[in-house]
Amino acid sequence: MSGPYENIERHTQFVGQDKPRRNAVRHAHGRGKFVDDIAFANLAHIAFFRSPYAHAEILNIDVSEAKSLPGVVDVFTASDITDICTPWVGKLDHFPGLRSPEQLPLANGRARWNGEAVVAVVAETRAIAEDALELIDVDWQELPAVVGIDNSRSKDGPLVHPEYDSNEAFVMELTAGDSADAFANADIIVEDTLELGRQTGLTLEPRSIVADFDPSMQKLTAYHSTQTPYQMQDIFTRHFNLSEENVRVISPDVGGSFGMKLHVYGEEMAAVAASIRIGRPVKFIADRMESFLSDIHLREHKVHARMALTKEGDILAMQVDDATGIGPFSVYPRTSAMEGNQALRLMGAPYKMPHYDGKLTVLFQNKAPTCQYRAVGHPIGVMTTEHLVDLAAKKLDMDPFEIRRRNVTTQDMYPLKTAGGYILERLSHEECLDKLEKLMDYSALRTEQAELRERGIYRGIGIGVFIEITNPGPAFYGVGGARISSQDGCFMKLEPSGKIRIAVSVTEQGQGTETVMAQVAATYLGVDIDHVDVITGDTERTPYGGATWASRGAGIGGSTVMVAALALKENLLEIAAVILQGDASKFDIVDGEVIDIATKRAVISLPELGRIAYFRPDTLPADYHPQLSVTRHYVPQGTPFDFTNGVQASYLEVDTETGIVKLLDHWVVEDCGIILNRQLVDEQIRGGVVHGLGGVLFEECLYSPEGQLMSATMADYLAPLANEMPDIHIAHCETPTNMTPLGAKGVGEAGTAAAGAVVLNAVNDALHPLNATLRTTPLTPERILTALGKI
Amino acid sequence: MDPRCALSFKLNGRQVEQDVSPRTSLADMLRNQMGLTATHIGCEQGSCGACNVMVDGKTVRSCLIFAIQLEGAEVETSQGFDDDPLMEALRDNFAKRNALQCGFCTGGMLLAARDLINMTPRPDRNEIREHISGNFCRCTGYEAIVDAIWKTAHEMPSLEGKK
Repeated sequence: MSGPYENIERHTQFVGQDKPRRNAVRHAHGRGKFVDDIAFANLAHIAFFRSPYAHAEILNIDVSEAKSLPGVVDVFTASDITDICTPWVGKLDHFPGLRSPEQLPLANGRARWNGEAVVAVVAETRAIAEDALELIDVDWQELPAVVGIDNSRSKDGPLVHPEYDSNEAFVMELTAGDSADAFANADIIVEDTLELGRQTGLTLEPRSIVADFDPSMQKLTAYHSTQTPYQMQDIFTRHFNLSEENVRVISPDVGGSFGMKLHVYGEEMAAVAASIRIGRPVKFIADRMESFLSDIHLREHKVHARMALTKEGDILAMQVDDATGIGPFSVYPRTSAMEGNQALRLMGAPYKMPHYDGKLTVLFQNKAPTCQYRAVGHPIGVMTTEHLVDLAAKKLDMDPFEIRRRNVTTQDMYPLKTAGGYILERLSHEECLDKLEKLMDYSALRTEQAELRERGIYRGIGIGVFIEITNPGPAFYGVGGARISSQDGCFMKLEPSGKIRIAVSVTEQGQGTETVMAQVAATYLGVDIDHVDVITGDTERTPYGGATWASRGAGIGGSTVMVAALALKENLLEIAAVILQGDASKFDIVDGEVIDIATKRAVISLPELGRIAYFRPDTLPADYHPQLSVTRHYVPQGTPFDFTNGVQASYLEVDTETGIVKLLDHWVVEDCGIILNRQLVDEQIRGGVVHGLGGVLFEECLYSPEGQLMSATMADYLAPLANEMPDIHIAHCETPTNMTPLGAKGVGEAGTAAAGAVVLNAVNDALHPLNATLRTTPLTPERILTALGKI
Repeated sequence: MDPRCALSFKLNGRQVEQDVSPRTSLADMLRNQMGLTATHIGCEQGSCGACNVMVDGKTVRSCLIFAIQLEGAEVETSQGFDDDPLMEALRDNFAKRNALQCGFCTGGMLLAARDLINMTPRPDRNEIREHISGNFCRCTGYEAIVDAIWKTAHEMPSLEGKK
């Protein structure tokens, strides 16, 4: 596919790959600075009275006793702040028909999930604020709760929003070709219903904000653990009726985010409202139970899917009916329709599948809201597809590698449009499958598996192909009406010392963004990475941009830094030419020195150039003004997204007596385009895989039939620990994208996309001789023993 | 307002005095009264390990112990160990191997690693995985942490011949 950057001269090796991240050195020495680590004078603390019910009318709220507790500064409910905070609605124009009611920072008249914030208390200490919560008296009228997906879908069940005629928030249908005809003429059909358990984000640093409003200047400074400070600057500006230039959002170290810290939460908005009310800095740090109750949840899906194939194993069509429960509101501003939308579009996406019908139903419930999280929708699409492919392989007695090789899209087909509507520039499925088969020594594993089965040991091998959505382009949130930028900006200057300082709008939450941006700048300028300092996460000190989400940091942020570096380099070469009375086109910069290309000899160092340009411009020609800093912005071009691809495999053992799964090995072969930093790419993949493994084996937000969250501690919500996780072997293919100058595609979602799918496939492979099939995640011992008929 | 109690203990090698409310946890005192913010609070329920400190040589969840229980104790936090070659080697290897991403779990993880190597100078990978399974990391998937601890343990010259 001819992209806008097809003929660009690109570096494929980046300087500084062998250096540790400077952030890592800092954190290893205990020098991190998270929101809760910053000291403030005159700080107040906010805590929330939360709904004990999943669904209840608020008849009366009595805060008189709470208000009179010594140390309490302010107490307010939703109706007390309607004059300073306007409501919001989680809708986007590109999901026509999506509906969701207005929301305020606190429940207004009715509580719609267990844990929804109802009353805010501001006090001199968090402990006093929590003491005051116990003095609040609310009269409730409990209402029937909508909890499960079937419960929400039921025509005669209770409604989450009485003003709507049903619990449907959004319905979408996709059609490609003629799936009905394909199914009518298929040799074989496989079908199943998968249920994916609701998860949550569980960042180790909980949601955190200190809102500091200065009434004398009408200026708000928010120290906020968010991925997306510019989006939050816009939100605070509009909903609190402030001037944008008077709103500063600073994101210091962010202790994990994974998409969870992209969204607008009532508690953070209430903290801003509190600071405006009292004119003091107000801190909200979620405690762990509050995190479980009020962070976004994700991926509660029930998917009925069918696949039609020829007897040779060619996939003809899929028909998918995906229902997802999103809680009572579509989350603002990115909506809760995105996850299902991407899941539906990713069904069958790696394969030559001409016919497809998909239906998505997004349902309201009385549970915590769900929204975008790492690998948005991918695990659902990949797990559904790969489960059906394995069912078909078993039915046809084909090897899982063989059926996948037969069906993946091939080099002669690109660019192509998938049945779900995605445009793929170029992928490398065949090469990835070949590499994986060798990497895992597949035939030896099959031999071992067969031998152990003779001895009553049940091991399984699972394989899964995936594509990953990255680098969202301009036709995304902005088109839907959300003020979320798709472009990024970079300011870059030469310090007088010859060092480079850059300020860039992509942000760091541990991925290594700052290191990668320094690498790109160092590589394209021709300087040592240790001579580049990077500023991120402050709306007042960096150009405006989209920040870091959807694996856009490397591809879009990196391209922004690249074009800025090329522009600054051109300026520096021009200055060198003026100083030396030479020709700029004959010079280059290597290792921090301007060299003569012909002789390869240094002609002037950057420190010397900086000294002359900043302090002795009198020695330069009259009316010459050295341009020592540049700002460049970069808008992603070409297709609406980039796509990476890869394949994963799992080898595991199922104890058929206890139902416990032991992960033995895990492999990933991935193609993220040009690799900027191999170690950081591999660690993104490993971290992502473990998120997928947690979801498929352990993690589930369990609600009682009344809608009470029953897994609200880290002892009840089981996330992966070191002794449960395998080593993860990684190999790469490199197919650059011509849609960005840098050629990097992004890698943040890849690990999570398919890790769960390959574990499900491996468990079902292990249990195949026992005629047991798992189809509900997480794959708990109880579910496995039930499938085996043992309990 | 809460009553206050006088407290005297040794913190990272120095004798210190504090006035503390009886309901204040050690983690809150370290962070809020003493400015030692590298002891992170991830759960306040004893699950996550981010707030680990050493009390009289034993690993303790500082969120689960009241500060007033520390009278006369010796407390070491992840911000101590400045002259400790093992801790310095661990910090160096964690950074080099990218055994941390967001950095929130790192202080507790380093203490767990140091504790392990002091007890088992040449641990194998499984022993490392078992020992750090009281500490959650949500970013790395643990493998890089295991690598960094293994490398430190197996390359520390001062540990030669201990096992």
